[in-house]
Amino acid sequence: MKAPDFEYIKVTSLEEAFEQLAHHGESGQILAGGQSLMAMLNLRLTTPGCLIDIGGVPGLREIRRDGETVRVGALVTHRQLEESAEIATSVPLLAQAAPHVAHLAIRNAGTIGGSLALADPAAEYPAVVVALGATIVVQGTKGVRRIPAADFFEGFYRTARQPQEILVGVEFPVQRSGERAHFSELARRRGDYAMVGLAAVLDFDRNTVSRARLAFLAVGDRPVLAVNAMAALQGRAPDAEAVRAAQDALARDLDPSADLQADPATKMHLARVLLGRAVAQLRQAK
Amino acid sequence: MTESRFKARIVVNGQTIEREVPVRQHLVDFLREDLGLTGSHLGCEHGVCGACQVMVDGKVVRGCLTLAVQADGKRVDTIEGLSDNGELAALQQAFLAHNAFQCGFCSSGMLLTALDIVRHHPDADRDEIRDLISGNYCRCTGYHAIVDAIESVLRATGSVLADADAQGAAR
Repeated sequence: MKAPDFEYIKVTSLEEAFEQLAHHGESGQILAGGQSLMAMLNLRLTTPGCLIDIGGVPGLREIRRDGETVRVGALVTHRQLEESAEIATSVPLLAQAAPHVAHLAIRNAGTIGGSLALADPAAEYPAVVVALGATIVVQGTKGVRRIPAADFFEGFYRTARQPQEILVGVEFPVQRSGERAHFSELARRRGDYAMVGLAAVLDFDRNTVSRARLAFLAVGDRPVLAVNAMAALQGRAPDAEAVRAAQDALARDLDPSADLQADPATKMHLARVLLGRAVAQLRQAK
Repeated sequence: MTESRFKARIVVNGQTIEREVPVRQHLVDFLREDLGLTGSHLGCEHGVCGACQVMVDGKVVRGCLTLAVQADGKRVDTIEGLSDNGELAALQQAFLAHNAFQCGFCSSGMLLTALDIVRHHPDADRDEIRDLISGNYCRCTGYHAIVDAIESVLRATGSVLADADAQGAAR
């Protein structure tokens, strides 16, 4: 189908974007890469009164390391993340996740800010930012707010961003020594929506897991931290027994609903499989 | 109600085009309906099939997920331009040799993904090629012939590529 009619405004600064958001109220919609929005427009699942195109706003396309933080601008594309040497070194979980986002041509246009602001529970980055304890940066006329990733996602396509605010970037902690990260997902076809995905971060103290962060995607209305499975891994060597305990604990952590990709039992089984694979990988990594 | 319009300046296949475009019009409709460039095809119109792919500022994108106005100030290259300038010649020869075209509906989009692979993933093996073309539907070939064709270009010795380049340059 064709998109419905709407107004279109190309802004060149955030200030101008805030003015337009204030002017259009509920009917104003920010356009970044448009890779989800355009599909929804073409399917007429959304009918905004005005698209406010922030594609030309300078300063939002940079990846910059600042001490122990890597700042990623909202308009950084999936492809940029996939190919960035800085991300590969400092935020390897993000580098591993990026190639799983949709398909090559979509990764050339889609942005990290757009993906996080949309908050699709089957998307990769929400789980990544929760696993890493990243900070989401939103800005409005009243200034900048830094929101911990764990507090940002409030439900299906719902976030802590206010309608008059714009997601301007993400701050990732640089990978610490002893920290190992693994991202994996199972999809019916590469690039399709995942049946289940896992963003896993384990801190190792010699052979012991000192800290575990396991964020699952496509198993709830937002990224889900598997706190019981995390506790089962923490403070011990990640041997077969620990892995089984963590896998069993997933029954208390996850309660997936059926979606177009898989039924709940399949999702639970695949979550166990992904957890087992992730720990096996991270045990061997250095 | 009058449709909202926006004056866009887009360099299409090297030629600067300045038009008032309806803001809701996506890039492929603009190319096909307004400029008569019908090589980019419209399949699903929501980003799934890949038949509509074009290059924007040298990067392959979904034409149906890009508004024409988003290309304002940018360079757009279509299958027509990239065929004429010879950049696709080696891949087109390989697709022909491996019978990877068949009905041809997916070919223009598929060739643009293939060009990205040649440029940015020259070491891709067959499994990686399949991952990288996962966003382009082909309903004829079962993909095998397409993977064969792309792989043959990636593995080609300099002479094969030079032959194709020469053919491209001769046009």
